[in-house]
Amino acid sequence: MEYYLLIPFLPLAAFILNILLGKEVFREKAHWVSILAVVGSFIIAVATLFDVISGKTLNEDLYTWIVSGTFKASVGFLIDPLTAVMLIVVTTCSSLIQIYSIGYMHGDKGYYRFFAYMSLFTFCMLMLAMSNNFLQLYFGWEGVGLCSYFLIGYYFHKKSASDAGKKAFIVNRFGDFGFGLGVIIVFLTFGTLHYLPVFNNMTGIVGKTVHLLGFDVSLVTLIALLLFCGAVGKSAQIPLHVWLPDAMEGPTPVSALIHAATMVTAGVFLVARCSPIFNLSEVALIVVALTGAITALFAATIALVQKDIKRIIAYSTISQLGYMFLGCGVGAYAAGIFHLYTHAFFKALLFLCAGSVMHAMGGELNIQKMGGLKKYMPVTYLTFVLGSLSISGIPGFAGFFSKDEILWLAYSSPNPVGKFVWLLGTIAAFLTAFYSFRLIFLTFHGKFRGTHEQEHHLHESPKVMTIPLILLSIGAIAAGWVGIPHLLGGGAHFAEFLKSVLGHPEAHGTHNEEWMVMGISVIVGLSGIGLAAYMYLARTDIPVRLAKNFSSIYRTLFNKYYVDELYSFTIVRPTLWTAKNILIGFTDAKIIEGIVNGVPRLIGKFSGMLRKVQTGLVHHYATIIAAGAFFIIALAILLR
Amino acid sequence: MLLSAAVFTIGVFGFLSRRNIIIMFMSIELMLNGVNISLISFSHYLQDMRGQILAFFVIAVAAAETVIGLAIVIALFRNKATVHVDKINEMKG
Repeated sequence: MEYYLLIPFLPLAAFILNILLGKEVFREKAHWVSILAVVGSFIIAVATLFDVISGKTLNEDLYTWIVSGTFKASVGFLIDPLTAVMLIVVTTCSSLIQIYSIGYMHGDKGYYRFFAYMSLFTFCMLMLAMSNNFLQLYFGWEGVGLCSYFLIGYYFHKKSASDAGKKAFIVNRFGDFGFGLGVIIVFLTFGTLHYLPVFNNMTGIVGKTVHLLGFDVSLVTLIALLLFCGAVGKSAQIPLHVWLPDAMEGPTPVSALIHAATMVTAGVFLVARCSPIFNLSEVALIVVALTGAITALFAATIALVQKDIKRIIAYSTISQLGYMFLGCGVGAYAAGIFHLYTHAFFKALLFLCAGSVMHAMGGELNIQKMGGLKKYMPVTYLTFVLGSLSISGIPGFAGFFSKDEILWLAYSSPNPVGKFVWLLGTIAAFLTAFYSFRLIFLTFHGKFRGTHEQEHHLHESPKVMTIPLILLSIGAIAAGWVGIPHLLGGGAHFAEFLKSVLGHPEAHGTHNEEWMVMGISVIVGLSGIGLAAYMYLARTDIPVRLAKNFSSIYRTLFNKYYVDELYSFTIVRPTLWTAKNILIGFTDAKIIEGIVNGVPRLIGKFSGMLRKVQTGLVHHYATIIAAGAFFIIALAILLR
Repeated sequence: MLLSAAVFTIGVFGFLSRRNIIIMFMSIELMLNGVNISLISFSHYLQDMRGQILAFFVIAVAAAETVIGLAIVIALFRNKATVHVDKINEMKG
């Protein structure tokens, strides 16, 4: 299994080639380098998956990175079923999305730059997934954050895009601060950063407490919650979700790859990877489950009224990530990862379809100005519907199996909040179906509401864009078939595959209850679609009336619960005020500049005095020499 | 010893009081020769040959120094048409 090393390093090589030579040598052919590399990684990842299925796993250090006293950090790789799943998700999505980008980014000025960063992102994400220690995980974690920043601000000449990049980076600082602290505590407690020794010794610290701010906090809970802090930032959960909708300023393939399929799921991966830690702390699990469930519902309600096609899908992503955390929180890590895996396909598909629509509409994002695109863009329409059916949890599609598994395991979980999060999740499922089909009906059905010029321009996207759509829609349908539950006669292979890493939660419920949960989620999914059809196809006056009659609710939702305003008021403005008046006005202007300018001024004054000695007259110098010699001799004689 | 002290003092006085650069040079030579005399007399007095060796060194160095010094003076005279040191004050800080 030595070839596994090529998986992350092929994209790294592509990045180096593209960033050095892309501008001058490859130019419009820059995509070849990146795509060949990532497809190569994909093929090796598939081979690795088969190796892992046949029972081989691997955990070895490759290179010692830092040694300092007892601290030793190494670059190492861990290949187990969880890693294998992540590898498949990352390389598949990355390959298809980069192929799509050939069409989408065609003719862009920074073509080579785009592909270079995509390769770098893929490298960092793979390093994150394949790491066997916390530090390398942290490295990949920050690396993907950096690439996310680069790519959100890809259109850096647009102020909103560069602002969104900064926002994503700064909001993630909050989460990563906690994550960093968590890693440090892990090291201080166990003296190593490798997963296996840490997880094996985890039971040894149960019951230990640390004194923190006047409270005794369980050490396990503290570590788990600090790590979860990082996951909240990266996976855009409440209260750090604000960066993801703004991140839609980046090119659409970036939204699809980074902000839907891979990077934002790193938080879920982290929680699943650290499941031995979370399992030991009930408090942490409850926090994870509640955060996930509340986020799922919260983001879904916002998505109901948004007008920007990409932002709707972004809120939908936040909501689905909430589901994954909900699953992890009730101990159903495998179900969470299963949802991660199916979500990667259908959400990447939805984003790429949105990109295809934007491509046809000349960059238009407002769905109020679309409509009737069905007949112009049949492939995009069909694939979009398949993706939406999948996310709505219609039986047979991928999203159904994963979402149903999460909801069932939440319902049947012994966790005290299990039933509550199940309820929130089910309501969110209804809303998900509703807003997904609202989007479809407003975009593809009805009459065209844009300008005449746009209508004239409407066209289906080129093959290089539609083929990835078709492949992803196959994924959106079939990806779930590897995890058909026992109840429906399947083998639940996915959960079995991950059992060795993530364990399997005990489901405390009868078959009848399982049928009921499944039935309810199907009913809410279908009724969500039905309601959307009724409101946006049959009675188009209802939404307008609702918005008018419940204008305060509508405005709150439309303004995303004013969270951005709240943060602006409580965090951003005070920070800016402090920066301007204290840091710039006092520390910088008075202290730093005072020292920096004061020292040369002092020297200048002193040397001005000293300069007068140098008269330029030789006999003055001669006199001084003679007097000096006399003085020294006199001193020598007197002190003898 | 008195002779050497006298020669050295004449040199110092000449160097400090005269403004003609050539005279100042000659004063330096006097100072050096004063030192030489004292070196040789000490050598004789202490029966140590090192004093005489040092005197030869001083003569050799003085010759080299005079050559360089006079060359500078000639170059200076070509530019300023004077050998009066008070008029040469370009180095004033």
